[in-house]
Amino acid sequence: MTASPAIRRITLALLLAPLMLWLGLLVVIPHIDMLLLSFTEKTGVRQYQPGLANYRTFFVEPVYWTIFLRTALMSILATLLTLVIGFPVAYFIAKLARGRSKAFLFLLCLVPFWVSELVRTFGWMILLRETGLVSGALQALGLVSGPVELLYNDAAIMVGLVYTSMLFMVVPLITALDSLDDSFIEAGYDLGGSGWSILREIVIPHAMPGIVSGSIVVFMLSLGNYLTPVLLGGKDSLWFTGAIYTQFITRFNWEQGAAFGMLLLVLSSLIVWLGLKLSGQTLSRTVG
Amino acid sequence: MKSRTFALALATALVALVPQAQADTLRLLTWGGYAPQNVIDLFKAETGHDVEVTLSNNEEMISKLRATGGSGFDLAQPSQDRILGPQLEFGIYKPLDLEKIDASLFIPSMLEATKVNTTVDGQIYGIPHIWGTDGLVVNTAAAPDVDDYIDLCDPAYAGKVSYRLRRPTLIAFAFSMGLDPFAAYGDTAAYEGILSQVEAKLRECKANVKTYWGGGDEITGLIRSGEVVAAMAWDTGGWALNAENPDIRFIAPASGAMGWIDTFVIPSGGEADEAAYAWINFVMRPEIAAMITASAGNFTASQGADELVDEALKARYQASFPAEAVDNINWYPPVPAGLESLEGAVLDRVNAS
Repeated sequence: MTASPAIRRITLALLLAPLMLWLGLLVVIPHIDMLLLSFTEKTGVRQYQPGLANYRTFFVEPVYWTIFLRTALMSILATLLTLVIGFPVAYFIAKLARGRSKAFLFLLCLVPFWVSELVRTFGWMILLRETGLVSGALQALGLVSGPVELLYNDAAIMVGLVYTSMLFMVVPLITALDSLDDSFIEAGYDLGGSGWSILREIVIPHAMPGIVSGSIVVFMLSLGNYLTPVLLGGKDSLWFTGAIYTQFITRFNWEQGAAFGMLLLVLSSLIVWLGLKLSGQTLSRTVG
Repeated sequence: MKSRTFALALATALVALVPQAQADTLRLLTWGGYAPQNVIDLFKAETGHDVEVTLSNNEEMISKLRATGGSGFDLAQPSQDRILGPQLEFGIYKPLDLEKIDASLFIPSMLEATKVNTTVDGQIYGIPHIWGTDGLVVNTAAAPDVDDYIDLCDPAYAGKVSYRLRRPTLIAFAFSMGLDPFAAYGDTAAYEGILSQVEAKLRECKANVKTYWGGGDEITGLIRSGEVVAAMAWDTGGWALNAENPDIRFIAPASGAMGWIDTFVIPSGGEADEAAYAWINFVMRPEIAAMITASAGNFTASQGADELVDEALKARYQASFPAEAVDNINWYPPVPAGLESLEGAVLDRVNAS
């Protein structure tokens, strides 16, 4: 017996309902509310009017676009570093490791994610602080004469970001590299290619969708990260999400915070679009 | 605003789906240590009311209540200077019924002062609970000559000092620079003048700072490990560290410690007012207040409770606060609405410098 079209339509609607509810209630409606809020100016106590003042603040006050620029550049750098470190790891797991060691290596990448981001970040704080393990080890080895502070700077933020995002780069890379037939690489060697030219002409082009999707995820995660920059960066921890948090929570200025949130959404989408254009990829190819 | 109405309708619909909270559960929005479990158990045994504690700080309390239009909690404990402004802006508190409060349990001067500071349109919104100060926590062995906030900028302690990047720091540095920010609260232009001087000082001082601390545990950790030798911090943290290491002391700065009083307020959407008043009258009893002092580390506005407090803590308090230092405390007056956005811009610029 085949189901009537009406029943099929209801089945489809029921299947889609959770997704639609999720998207509608938790993504679309809050964003519309944020958008409206961001176009509201505060003129006095309990007095509001529509206007662009919040967006003007972002472009006129150098502090805020400087923070955004810094966040974007550091996130791009973190993405590149993650790619450079993650690619050999993914290549080894996908192409060289076999059987149980493959599963074991993959598990090693996964293990840090069994604890929360907060705990992972505190782990780095324990390692890097002035009275921490790294500083102590350097002194014990006689490499430095006094305690060294490795925390509260941009390098510490970068270490934290790369560590936090590694898995999200390695997984898509492994998937992409797994699908590359080994015989292509062998054929490359047979035809007299060097290791470098094979990497450049065969492996990287094949892995490109994985590279791009991994990069997008890592870039977005870094840009939207809050904990890592705040905890590891200390007094220099200028991150755009921190600015948004401050506007919402400590300044009670929701209008400004909403405008910053919208700007983050638009500008980061723009950067991803630019990245896709520059690498000659399309979103549909990367996802599909 | 339409979307707000819609969001509200949606929230109401969602709330209708979850079972209503029992009327005798007191949802308390407070600071760490202000509602210890032993006090909650005693309260439950005596009145039958449950207490559900949410830990927070001034800004988060106000933001949480603003987000829900004043509902979700039955009793909150913001500082007395953070009641007038938010009430004018967001209307998140409800007036107190003083008939239901046993005024004889309170230190009269503190009760009166708090009433004055929390009066909006002739109605009283807050009564005092716990008070304390912001001052200097100094490792006197490593930093012997720090006795005012401005000394934190001494190059001799470069990379070894810390403070918060929050409004109390702006106010404290202004006093330390010989300015009077409280007198300028009502005069925006004068206040901006003071803020710009403080901004210049804090920018210059930034190189000296190891990190801007965020939470109480963070700063005690930094001082305990010796990574920070002088910091602007709360008295309780200093006293706790003093118990571990006598060299570390809480010092009331020459320009005056900054005095705060955390209050009881009832959020406008509170649903368990009876339980809230019962809790207030319960925790202000001297013997209960002394238990809270033991847990929070700060003294309360309860009349006679300081007699019952642990001798060691009393000794530390007296060492930090000789009589003239008590008179020298700068008590925060109510923050006028809108001042925070001026200060916010300064803090952002200092952070970015």
